[in-house]
Amino acid sequence: MLKLPIYLDNNSTTPMDPRVLEAMTPYFLEHYGNAASRNHPFGWEAEEAVDYAREQVAKLIGADPKEIIFTSGATEGDNLGIKGVYEMYASKGNHIITATTEHKAVLDTCKHIEKTGGEVTYLQVKRDGLIDLKELEAAIKPTTILIAIMYANNEIGTVQPIREISAIAKKHGVLLFSDAVQAVGKIPVDVNKDGIDLMAFTAHKMYGPKGIGALYVRRKNPRVKVTAQMDGGGHERGMRSGTLNVPGIVGFGKACELCRLEMEADTKRISILRDKLETELMKLEEAYINGSTEHRLPHVTNISFKHVEGEGLLMGFNKNIALSSGSACTSASLEPSYVLKALGLGDDLAHSSLRFGLGRFTNEEQIDYTINAISETVLKLREMSPLWEMYKEGIDLDSIEWAAH
Amino acid sequence: MAYSDKVIDHYTNPKNVGTLDKSSKSVGTGLVGAPECGDVMRLQIEVDDATGMITDAKFKTFGCGSAIASSSLATEWLKGKSIDQALAVDNMDFVEELNLPPVKIHCSVLAEDAIKAAINDYRVKNGKEAIKFEESVVH
Repeated sequence: MLKLPIYLDNNSTTPMDPRVLEAMTPYFLEHYGNAASRNHPFGWEAEEAVDYAREQVAKLIGADPKEIIFTSGATEGDNLGIKGVYEMYASKGNHIITATTEHKAVLDTCKHIEKTGGEVTYLQVKRDGLIDLKELEAAIKPTTILIAIMYANNEIGTVQPIREISAIAKKHGVLLFSDAVQAVGKIPVDVNKDGIDLMAFTAHKMYGPKGIGALYVRRKNPRVKVTAQMDGGGHERGMRSGTLNVPGIVGFGKACELCRLEMEADTKRISILRDKLETELMKLEEAYINGSTEHRLPHVTNISFKHVEGEGLLMGFNKNIALSSGSACTSASLEPSYVLKALGLGDDLAHSSLRFGLGRFTNEEQIDYTINAISETVLKLREMSPLWEMYKEGIDLDSIEWAAH
Repeated sequence: MAYSDKVIDHYTNPKNVGTLDKSSKSVGTGLVGAPECGDVMRLQIEVDDATGMITDAKFKTFGCGSAIASSSLATEWLKGKSIDQALAVDNMDFVEELNLPPVKIHCSVLAEDAIKAAINDYRVKNGKEAIKFEESVVH
């Protein structure tokens, strides 16, 4: 039996795997000690659990457990990684290179740094969402200390050429930070093979709990340090003070382990569903996939249905299907997705986009239902759309002088 | 953001979707908004030349649920009204009737603009001067 509503917004957050919750529960109720309490069994149990989870997390990304700094999530990881390097390496330089399609947690952190005297270069992306490696290399200057490029994009799923980027960074002696929130647990990520120096990721995008994440900080070749952004008891090797969220960490560890063991099978199954969804929806006229289809996460697709507005489209089925749109009709600014605009999409196409994020618990029945519901709504709204009528009459919409309001 | 029941009703069962013959002298067409802004409304009225009454109204809208609901409601309101009565429709009437939240007020403004544009189109077609409206205050 198909159960509604269907959840297809897994880039936003994922449901927790019941096995993760099971692993966490004892650390709320029985083993509730503070991992920093060194003098009694409660503390020892907690510390042991944290150590074990740290190994599980490290193993998923090919790191050493000592290189894992637990944070409250990826926004904190982005802040700590970028501001921490900027402050720690101030004597070496003040220039950071990033891209326009980064998450706000990276972009706003960079803007903050600019206000405090730093210099930031924002690379444009190509039509497919990838950065241009030549532009990246050309942007490096003697004062460049950090390149911050995401592993995979949250809106369009585009996977950046991280190994080529890290080779350029290494060649010029610049550190590489990556926001890998959408990639870790979904596709193989190995900090050594990929040449990443700092990397932020979070549990709730990989079937773990909200409120816990990690910053990977390389310890060898080179040894990287960050200035703490949170002062206090000196937890996490002095880089992130604050009592450890033991149940969250335990859940994060378990989630990482499950992803490591099940990624291959999950990816195989989910990508078949994603491809089915995409193929069927692309049978609609004037539908366009946004971003690279070659370098892309296996569970993501972002499609624009021309001449239909995204929020209006969502309304046709959002009681039954959870999705997000690149249209921002709800926000006061009325500005559509900056990521889609960075690809060079016109505002009209950006307003007409839907983002699909499939996940571990998505099944074929849900996809079939979604294909039908969306196709029907697109057709219905096009019958109601003056732009569609004009398009069908062969009128060039760009030739019309719209009364901007 | 939750939509009001009235918005949902108009969205689900929109009234008077369609197209009138825009070349007809008794039809006035108002096309407002812009694709870049995420909403375009086309509102058409058919006027009985003898009585000056609006006998039919149709719309097509590209936009969010509130934009669709506002234009659907506009067509309902316009039918059977005189041009003068139609000119008196204010954007706040839509806000109140549909319980539009502040971020959706622009949809109501657009609907009011569409009514005025349709009336002016009708007037000009029939050799009358277009009415100059004060610039509506929008975002």
